[in-house]
Amino acid sequence: MPKRTDLKHILVIGSGPIVIGQACEFDYSGTQACRVLREEGIRVSLVNSNPATIMTDPEFADATYIEPITAEFVEKVIAQERPDAILATLGGQTALNTAIALHERGVLEKYNVELIGADIDAIQRGEDRQIFKDLVRGIGSEVPRSAVCKSMDEVRKTVADLGLPVVIRPSFTMGGLGSGMAYTAEELERLAAIGLEESPVTEVLIEESVLGWKEYELELMRDRNDNVVVICSIENIDPMGVHTGDSVTVAPAMTLTDREYQHMRDVGIQVIREVGVDTGGCNIQFAIHPDTGRMVVIEMNPRVSRSSALASKATGFPIAKIAAKLAIGYTLDEITNDITGETPASFEPSLDYVVVKAPRFAFEKFPGADPTLTTTMKSVGEAMSIGRNFVEALGKALRSLETKSVGFWTQPDPEGATLESTLKQLERGHDGRLYTVERALRLGASIEDVYNASKIDPWFIEQIAWLGTLRQELLDAPVLDEPLLRKAKRAGLSDRQIAALRSELAGEDGVRTLRHRLGVRPVYKTVDTCAAEFKSETPYHYSAYELDPNAETEVAEQREKPKVLILGSGPNRIGQGIEFDYSCVHAAMALRAAGYETVMVNCNPETVSTDYDTSDRLYFEPLTFEDVLEVVHSEQRSGTVAGVIVQLGGQTPLGLAQRLADAGVPVVGTTPEAIHLAEDRGQFGKVLGEAGLPAPKFGTATSFDEAKEIADEIGYPVLVRPSYVLGGRGMEIVYDEESLSGYIARATEVTPEHPVLVDRFLDDAIEIDVDALCDGEEVFIGGVMEHIEEAGIHSGDSSCALPPITLGASDIENVRRSTEAIARGIGVKGLLNVQYALKDDVLYVLEANPRASRTVPFVSKATAVSMAKAASRVMLGATIAELRVEGLLPATGDGARLPEHAPVAVKEAVMQFHRFRTPEGHGVDSLLGPEMKSTGEVMGIDSSFGKAFAKSQTASYGSLPTSGKVFVSFANRDKRAMIFPVKRLADLGFQILATSGTAEVLKRNGIACTEVRKHFEGEGNVVDMILAGEIDMIFNTPYGNSGPRIDGYEIRTAAVAKDIPCVTTIQGAAAAVHGIEALIQGDIGVQPLQALQAALRGDA
Amino acid sequence: MTNAALVLEDGRVFCGEAYGATGVSLGEVVFSTAMTGYQETLTDPSYHRQIVVQTAPQIGNTGWNDEDDESSRIWVAGYVVRDPARTPSNWRSKRGLDEELTNQGIVGIAGLDTRTLTRHIREQGAMRAGVFSGSGLTDDASMVEQVKASAQMVGANLAVDVTTSKPYVVEAIGAKKFTVAALDLGIKSNTPRMMAARGIEVHVLPLTSSFEDILKVSPDGLFLSNGPGDPATQDHAIALTKEALGRKLPLFGICFGNQILGRAVGRGTYKMRYGHRGINIPVIDVATGKVAITSQNHGFALEGTPGEEFSSEFGRAVLSHYCPNDGTVEGVRLLDAPAFSVQYHPEAAAGPHDAAPLFDEFVTLMNEAR
Repeated sequence: MPKRTDLKHILVIGSGPIVIGQACEFDYSGTQACRVLREEGIRVSLVNSNPATIMTDPEFADATYIEPITAEFVEKVIAQERPDAILATLGGQTALNTAIALHERGVLEKYNVELIGADIDAIQRGEDRQIFKDLVRGIGSEVPRSAVCKSMDEVRKTVADLGLPVVIRPSFTMGGLGSGMAYTAEELERLAAIGLEESPVTEVLIEESVLGWKEYELELMRDRNDNVVVICSIENIDPMGVHTGDSVTVAPAMTLTDREYQHMRDVGIQVIREVGVDTGGCNIQFAIHPDTGRMVVIEMNPRVSRSSALASKATGFPIAKIAAKLAIGYTLDEITNDITGETPASFEPSLDYVVVKAPRFAFEKFPGADPTLTTTMKSVGEAMSIGRNFVEALGKALRSLETKSVGFWTQPDPEGATLESTLKQLERGHDGRLYTVERALRLGASIEDVYNASKIDPWFIEQIAWLGTLRQELLDAPVLDEPLLRKAKRAGLSDRQIAALRSELAGEDGVRTLRHRLGVRPVYKTVDTCAAEFKSETPYHYSAYELDPNAETEVAEQREKPKVLILGSGPNRIGQGIEFDYSCVHAAMALRAAGYETVMVNCNPETVSTDYDTSDRLYFEPLTFEDVLEVVHSEQRSGTVAGVIVQLGGQTPLGLAQRLADAGVPVVGTTPEAIHLAEDRGQFGKVLGEAGLPAPKFGTATSFDEAKEIADEIGYPVLVRPSYVLGGRGMEIVYDEESLSGYIARATEVTPEHPVLVDRFLDDAIEIDVDALCDGEEVFIGGVMEHIEEAGIHSGDSSCALPPITLGASDIENVRRSTEAIARGIGVKGLLNVQYALKDDVLYVLEANPRASRTVPFVSKATAVSMAKAASRVMLGATIAELRVEGLLPATGDGARLPEHAPVAVKEAVMQFHRFRTPEGHGVDSLLGPEMKSTGEVMGIDSSFGKAFAKSQTASYGSLPTSGKVFVSFANRDKRAMIFPVKRLADLGFQILATSGTAEVLKRNGIACTEVRKHFEGEGNVVDMILAGEIDMIFNTPYGNSGPRIDGYEIRTAAVAKDIPCVTTIQGAAAAVHGIEALIQGDIGVQPLQALQAALRGDA
Repeated sequence: MTNAALVLEDGRVFCGEAYGATGVSLGEVVFSTAMTGYQETLTDPSYHRQIVVQTAPQIGNTGWNDEDDESSRIWVAGYVVRDPARTPSNWRSKRGLDEELTNQGIVGIAGLDTRTLTRHIREQGAMRAGVFSGSGLTDDASMVEQVKASAQMVGANLAVDVTTSKPYVVEAIGAKKFTVAALDLGIKSNTPRMMAARGIEVHVLPLTSSFEDILKVSPDGLFLSNGPGDPATQDHAIALTKEALGRKLPLFGICFGNQILGRAVGRGTYKMRYGHRGINIPVIDVATGKVAITSQNHGFALEGTPGEEFSSEFGRAVLSHYCPNDGTVEGVRLLDAPAFSVQYHPEAAAGPHDAAPLFDEFVTLMNEAR
């Protein structure tokens, strides 16, 4: 069945900002879709509010709308573009929900737009729990017993029937948001109430508990000729009860016989047919009772999902790409399998390796949050690894996570851990549960004991127990000979793990030296979709150790073109995510175009960088020193390595720079010494001193006494932090000696080897972020961003505007001069990000990072210049002047001076506080500070700041209100500054509510307002009002200092619970008023990035 | 640690650890890409005299149960895996795979780089090989000699080794609607089960049966099973097939049976370089264009071009199915007689059930012939 000829223009809906449960995987899938559709000659329009995505690069679509993904804005795009069809199955739950909303508003009908992939009925059959359950029963399969409840009364009645524990699942939420397991009546009351609240349709499903059952997923694809194939089976090591996104998972399934697997496959195929996913992919989740084999269907996603990204990377079968082709009418047998290049896509991949995915958490960012894993997803990222057996893949996955522990035995056991306490801990899912399994076994637990506590399949437990046997063998062996070393490496043990057992080898370096001397090195195998049945030319590799010293390595020789290795950024975490992947992908594109062979090394399955056709070669490997060094060796053996790029993937590769350089690896760009110069405060201070640039006073302390001395000298408040951090890890503003002492006690635990930095904190300063490029001589300013919140809020959490909205020409010239001085002073060759604070007309340098920053994609989108592409060329020796001639950089000028008519771009951060609860079930505090907490960002772009800001808010939190009640409560220091914005709101018709102190000031300024009770003043107070839905927006600046007073905390968490805008800074309040004015004036239009950028370049 | 070797006739030696029984086993080395179903694979008579390499590395995880055997014993000559399970885990498991291999005297080898081996077989073709361990392990030269002295697969008549010695009956489930004579060339247990589930009483007959023996069961149809060896050696089975075709007795063949039907209608068969062994193999039905994901295990195939129509002594016929991976003919259908066959396994076990409706087609043929 050939391509449909009636589809000439398709609108692709993206997934918006990175949030928990929806990350880079939808950039990966959307990018593939756009690429495929355009190759087929179809006009592609795209809506996505996330500027850090590759898919929103202007060359991936004909018209790219960086606009909020709401029905309202998407309708505007449809009205302007008039597409034939919408493809919403590649943009996660956001796109699917938007498609449903467009249908409900009659937009699809009005503009005669077809939904391709899955139609409305199919989406609803897959998403509506009751319809889905009936459908599964209809095909003779089982589902857990359950009932849909719309009120607490119905919930109680259902539970009386099913008995506890039960699972609570709200309808129409993603990533298991609001769902949980209730073991007791109290938990039921609390969780069901939250679930009803989270569900946009106030509906929860109460379900029989399948806790502890074996959990599986199948990834299926169907074409319009009704051919169905299973791409991948995935087994969750953590059994039912832990969200699959938080589970350690394995592909293919390890503990099913063919009979059970085929039964699952049969049911899966029936389900995709019954639901009616016409074309494309879906994910179906199953649970199997470990003792009886009873199988139930849990749920299905009628769309491409995080698991499909994982399945694509795990098998080499590009699900999203194929889904896009199927959506426009091709059938599976008409599409060639890219990897083999000759066989068709109508087959089921066979794996001759094992894939392990492990989640990465960020509980340290949410103090007080309950780290127990439940059916609500809490992880912020994941790493995938490939090995030739389970333990090899597991070892690689654990070290890919870049947590404190880098595999078993690399950290001391927690103090006081007993067998009993360890087994107890295994009963509930938690971060690092497999470490706990290993510890329990080492403390004497049997496989059965561990199974009884955790319900993890005994096969997996035995694998870990065997590692324990191997550990003993390694400890007992008189010497490490080649066979034993091979055995250990084949079991996935890193040099560091072996070093931890053999102290005489003097650490990782000693193990490596011995290993190399004995010739024990990995071979590189290929992900080829077919277990070597067919020849594959696609160089998608992973390392493996074999016992046989003559085992084949499959890396092809290539000696014509110089090779460049790009080190990626590993698993997403707060502070290091898609933005860095964006830069890595841009480098791959630019260097490929410039005649280099590009080699990507990364371990994040969600990303575009780990797509097998992003670079010329892909190594799916952990980003540790050992693993990277072996990849470099492999590439050097098969050709000439011109350079290794470490400055685009964030702190992960940057942290390897010095050791790689010391090992003789040609690290290109800014030298490791220069990187150190920027990161070492003492040396950096000298650079600034020589250039005559002011910086806040600071000192370096290794003890509390030293810190106190420094703080006394420079004066409170001070900003304290460990050195070498990303995303403001462990950073705090302290206002007095007491909190300083508390901080030092905690911080020295965080990084014992690095001192603590104490900086003067500049209250009420304007923070400025600059991304620049330097070729060693010339400096190109990419963009100057003005933060909307004052200094003190982490730059990653702060919204910012480009061009800067309040800076004058002289301020900008000052920024330019300072940036140039720093770039030259450090010796930057590549990218540089500098943060400044402007206070009383003095430009203080806060910090400089000689690497790609989180804002590189935002700047690139807002200014139409790809900073990362240019940087990668500069690192390989091109000059800025040359790149100007070539056209990669503009012929004249730079991002510091944009044309007057340039649109204003606003970046807003997106927070995930609603996913976390304290063990008592309260929300976690949403107050922002110097430690970064956001997971993603959006961009609003328009002709004026107000409009752009309004868009950014709509895209991140939902629209700002245009009428209603605003509750205001300001810290004393802010009361003067608040008068104008609040007065303006009152003038715009808002009703102002305030607590007594704020109300008094407002009234004195002639602003009518209603006084409301504070939280501790009893019933009917402001928190009750928020929870009752009576308030539309909140301005609440924190009182005084870090210790959030209970009132502010309660107000903010209530706002998070009700999902209403809560502004916590005075500048943010002013910006919100700007935005509201723009909304009230109405007529906010949409415009494609292509047109905006053409105008910027002056070629419109 | 090396105490076992896999020796290929081209002189290549892979070292590993003994797995299952020790000793010497000789056969043709082939690889299977199935990720599940090792128990079914091992007990499939079509693997007689073959040394099977599993490309999936972790084998034995679900142990051995009493329900999934496809015949009364393990038939593979030798077994090659990378990472065998030490302890199995599955609610149906009765014992470990290692134990079962040892009990049945199957010589295996583990721990070698099965991917390098598979790539070698892919490039050089399936060839004779031996697994040597324990007292069987000697110097490379003499092991290679032993391999070279062993029998070739081309020209091997192996079905006689695996066929049942006595006829037996598999009762229909529910009301009996048809009687089928199934010629056992190496039949798998699930095949009669699939037919029984459709109301067919299956008389499984030894390969040596005469056409009179077949007629004695008053069959509504004749079934030709899968089986090992070179189809060119099966003169008797081909003669029986021709008798049935001549009498317009509905006929359905799978795998080896497909090659026999093909030869009966005048098509040649040839030895493939490394065959099709897996449970993920697409087959396209020329008539509908639809794809089935199939279970396959064959080293020989029918000559011809997919979709090709030709005439035979039994009227017109068409090469009805093919594998889009490499264009191999996967089925033949007679247009003037009630007979068809496929090169793959609609009975699955192991493998997907996509092709199961072929048994319904057989039922339709028998219905129409009434």
